[in-house]
Amino acid sequence: MTREEVLAKIEQSLSDKTVEIFKKSDRRTYIEVKPEDIPEASRFIFRDIGARFQIASGIDTPTGFEILYHWALDAYNHIVTIKTKLDKEKPEIDSIAPVCVAAEWIEREMWELLGITFRNHPDMRRLLLIDDWPEGVYPLRRDYSTGGEYKKEKE
Amino acid sequence: MAKKTIIPIGPYHPLQEEPEFFKLHVEGEKVVGLDIELGYNHRGIEKLSESKTFEQTVFLVERICGICSTSHPIACVQAIEDAGDIEVPERALYIRSVIGELERIHSHLLWLGLAGHFLGFNTVWMWVWRYREDVLDIMELITGNRNHYAMMKPGGVHRDIKNEDIPTIKKMCDGLKKPLALFRDAVIDDPVIHARLKGVGVLSRQQIIDYGALGPTARASGVAIDVRRDHPHAAYDRIDWDVIITQNGDVFDKTVVRILEMFESVKIIYQCIEKLKTVTGPYNSNPKEIKPGDGIGHYEAPRGEVIHYIRSDGTNRPARHKVRAPSFMNIVTDREAVLGESVADASIILAAVDPCYCCTERMAAVDSRTGRQVLTSAELLRLSREKTEKLKKEIGAPGPQLDLGA
Repeated sequence: MTREEVLAKIEQSLSDKTVEIFKKSDRRTYIEVKPEDIPEASRFIFRDIGARFQIASGIDTPTGFEILYHWALDAYNHIVTIKTKLDKEKPEIDSIAPVCVAAEWIEREMWELLGITFRNHPDMRRLLLIDDWPEGVYPLRRDYSTGGEYKKEKE
Repeated sequence: MAKKTIIPIGPYHPLQEEPEFFKLHVEGEKVVGLDIELGYNHRGIEKLSESKTFEQTVFLVERICGICSTSHPIACVQAIEDAGDIEVPERALYIRSVIGELERIHSHLLWLGLAGHFLGFNTVWMWVWRYREDVLDIMELITGNRNHYAMMKPGGVHRDIKNEDIPTIKKMCDGLKKPLALFRDAVIDDPVIHARLKGVGVLSRQQIIDYGALGPTARASGVAIDVRRDHPHAAYDRIDWDVIITQNGDVFDKTVVRILEMFESVKIIYQCIEKLKTVTGPYNSNPKEIKPGDGIGHYEAPRGEVIHYIRSDGTNRPARHKVRAPSFMNIVTDREAVLGESVADASIILAAVDPCYCCTERMAAVDSRTGRQVLTSAELLRLSREKTEKLKKEIGAPGPQLDLGA
């Protein structure tokens, strides 16, 4: 298959889930889907297309949370980013770790740093933060400013 | 049934250059599980980056890691260039590749030396690191620093490589060929190294694909991925070189991949410096602003693909900067690789992915004393070395012979 054919196949297969598609250049494509479609879209691009999971970027934006799942098509010099927008107050989404084990750590990281809940994650616990980091404080959120916030509890 | 025991390795341990906590679950001598704890090097770099300008961000990410200190800047400037559709002059592309490959050689030599050290071949360690010095000297000549070169900037590079320095770079590469060939033969033909590394810590092709493992770890299991070839950037699509692939997925193959890759790096450097003689013109395009948008940049670091994602909102700072280093994907594979192996082999298996912890943990800010006790400080290193000694006696060979006559 050529790059155009693969991209057309991805576009077509995800068309009923796609909210918005943005072809930035011949090396980058961004496809927005609804949060509930993420596991199926991930399964499709990982298993059927054979894309390589690079990483997911969680972002706290003024209007809500965004997760961008970056998938590399190594044979076609292309990166397809499947993104989704989550609710600002209650960010929740199904884990893609059952589909793609490579996503296990990054979901743990997004959970502890951004406070996004991943349903059905096989092993949800802290990855980077220290054991006595207070519950419910998410350092990568916009409303968290560096310095001063973190106070270690005195014994 | 043997009693199940947990051997803690880390977080601070003589076997590791950086803090990491491995909990090795063993039954007798056999490893039955591994739990990995991260976070001891967490510095909050992604958060910090949001408070820096795009120019400063590049210097910040350079500080993520001391060993691959140019991989992160290359990926970062490419992300910024992707977001802002910035053109890079041709000369800068060649300079990027030269710096990137010099770094790959010194990083692989560092790993090879450490691997020798873990196995109890300190001669390998000493010799390999002696030749690593030559590479660092050249880095100092070109950039002014042995590490943290500060060469990359959005739209090009900060400093030119002067044409009068090219013969010196070439001379250093010429001088590297003989020792590299010697290291290759010493490792590939040595029966003790075979006995220690072959069939140890095997990762299958499917495991690599499932875990998204990268770099030499993936290439040693027959997964032919290399960002330099698959997603061409810098000057890699303008010159002739090969991706090194082996099939067995054990520690031996990972070693071989790294050694052979250094020959490719030398090849790339030769071609790039030759091109630099004729490709003149500017070495940076001095972009004035970064337009809003998403940008992804990636680069094949010595350990595998580094990827940076940057969101620009039209100001002079990134709205979000995500960094993913190769070890973040590679370290997880350890839990498959050590299963069923003996405790004496655990240290070399854990070292085989060339883990780089400061890359993996870009973010923690606080150092906490959790009061954990390290029980086995030098024990594992001793076990590993004893095994080599025993094998030496059994095989009757003294181990790698390095005589450079120097």
